[in-house]
Amino acid sequence: MPQYDYQPFDVITPPELGGEGKAKDTYPVAIIGAGPIGLAAAIDLATKGIPSVVLDDNNVVSIGSRAICWAKRTLEIFDRLGVGDRMLEKGVTWKTGRLFHGGSEVYNFDLLPEEGHKYPAFVNLQQYYVEQYLVERAREFPDLIDLRFKNKVIKHNDLGGHVVLLIQSPDGEYEIKAEYVLACDGAGSPTRARMELPFEGQSFEEHFLIADVEMEQSPFETETAERWFWFEPDFHPGQSALLHKQPDNIYRIDLQLGPETDPKTEATEEKVFPRIKAMVGDKPFKLDWMSVYKFRCAKLDRFVHNRVIFVGDSAHVVSPFGARGGNGGIQDVDNLCWKLAMVLNGEASDTLLETYNEERMHGSEENILNSSRATNFMTPKSPVEQLFRNEVLKLSKDLPFARKLINSGRLSTPCSLAGVGLQLDSADENSSMHAGKAVVDAPVTVNGQETWLVSILQGGLKLVGFGDVKLPEVDGVERIGIGCSAGQDYPVFADPNGLALKRYGEGAAYLLRPDGHVLAVFLEPKPEDIISALAPVFSEAKLKEVA
Amino acid sequence: MPESLKEDGLGPSGDEFYNLLLELHTGLDEAESHALNARLVLLMANEIGDIERLKAVFEAAAKYR
Repeated sequence: MPQYDYQPFDVITPPELGGEGKAKDTYPVAIIGAGPIGLAAAIDLATKGIPSVVLDDNNVVSIGSRAICWAKRTLEIFDRLGVGDRMLEKGVTWKTGRLFHGGSEVYNFDLLPEEGHKYPAFVNLQQYYVEQYLVERAREFPDLIDLRFKNKVIKHNDLGGHVVLLIQSPDGEYEIKAEYVLACDGAGSPTRARMELPFEGQSFEEHFLIADVEMEQSPFETETAERWFWFEPDFHPGQSALLHKQPDNIYRIDLQLGPETDPKTEATEEKVFPRIKAMVGDKPFKLDWMSVYKFRCAKLDRFVHNRVIFVGDSAHVVSPFGARGGNGGIQDVDNLCWKLAMVLNGEASDTLLETYNEERMHGSEENILNSSRATNFMTPKSPVEQLFRNEVLKLSKDLPFARKLINSGRLSTPCSLAGVGLQLDSADENSSMHAGKAVVDAPVTVNGQETWLVSILQGGLKLVGFGDVKLPEVDGVERIGIGCSAGQDYPVFADPNGLALKRYGEGAAYLLRPDGHVLAVFLEPKPEDIISALAPVFSEAKLKEVA
Repeated sequence: MPESLKEDGLGPSGDEFYNLLLELHTGLDEAESHALNARLVLLMANEIGDIERLKAVFEAAAKYR
């Protein structure tokens, strides 16, 4: 029995069928799917005052741990949504990846070698906990988030100005109207299937076994949690293996099984137990969850289809090596929700949503590229591919360039939006912090109280000055000074370690998007420059109002 | 590591190089792959040009049997 206590969520009769609450003539946003992506989107919209109705065909969190590796950038987004601290507290923090060939270590890498960040490189936390925390957080917005479990969307019709959804619930079928629909319904998206949208890419023939085992004694030889990856280990000859630690003494084991495998036979205790024993030896363990899978890298040609917008796995899927699925999806949410809120509030025209399409198509292409390359390295498809891999592993014993060619998954890093979407014209990528980059963290203080840049710089259009740079006032833009002299007419934070100024450059001012990506960098910010940088964001009416 | 060998000449292009190399071999039989590898060695040697560096590369490659 799994250790996690699965508590079904209450299923409530919707107001359309006589339940409590008031039915809306038109809902601003309907979200299909209450997984991490749909729930994060509902919360993100709620933080901006936008109500949504969340429709899910189930009433329980993810069965099995599924997505477990949450990257630093995702945690920073979850910080903004109000669940980052909780994830950090419960999750297993790690930053080192260790690679083995046969019985010996060939290489290790540190994903966050510097101090001064609120969140670590990675936190491992089972998807069921993440969904539970998100549901509990969503319930803190009872007036804005309408969670409807066991409410399955069975049909939708985009009428141009709004979408009509037909929903099947335990109380019967009913219809609602929504201005926008977010399809967060996962890799097998029924919304995508109804629209008959092509979802093409590369399929991999290789089977993998994924198993969660509960163990009192760690199978690692170290107390510090790390990501361990083996090519051709003695305990699983000729294949690859991956080991991760999760909370509650649960360890994730991933074993490559090869292409010629019967998934049904493999997903049995008779087959799985000896494989785990070969790996962990005589240490006692309990099998918590297992699954045998194949994967593919694929995406939609566009994510925005008039009033139906695809977010997360419904829009793009990757192999799990690199943790780019869930983390990619959360970056979708981060990118989309502020834009959708501005469109719904009349501050932006719907063309702003096209920049979600461009920017996240770019992000998903990057994820698919990295994930396909890793999979090609891990699963040689011909004798010559096997030969090259063997020789890379051989050379890697003492040649650094060969170590860098070993690819067990390039782990999710913040996606830079330089040169795409809203940053189309800002091509200056020479400085470390340029347009398109996601906010970089550093510790700061206010009245002696410690806080973090990720906690104060995200969530709105903000003009942030580092050191002594004067920030002009522009309507609709919040100003913040870091490490500057007191007596400004805007909030000021001290930079006691000098890390913020070091990471952003003294005297630079940054115009930040609400998702914490840099829209523009100024050395002498003038109101007209800021307004012109905001021109692609705002509607004409809003721009006139600001100017 | 011999001092005359570059520590990391490929930099951020490592993954791209490796995947292009595999793509080049896709669909070839063993003899064809073998011939392709020979041509690659010859062409790359010409690009490197410097006989001292080539000697260092040969020595390093021969060491790992």
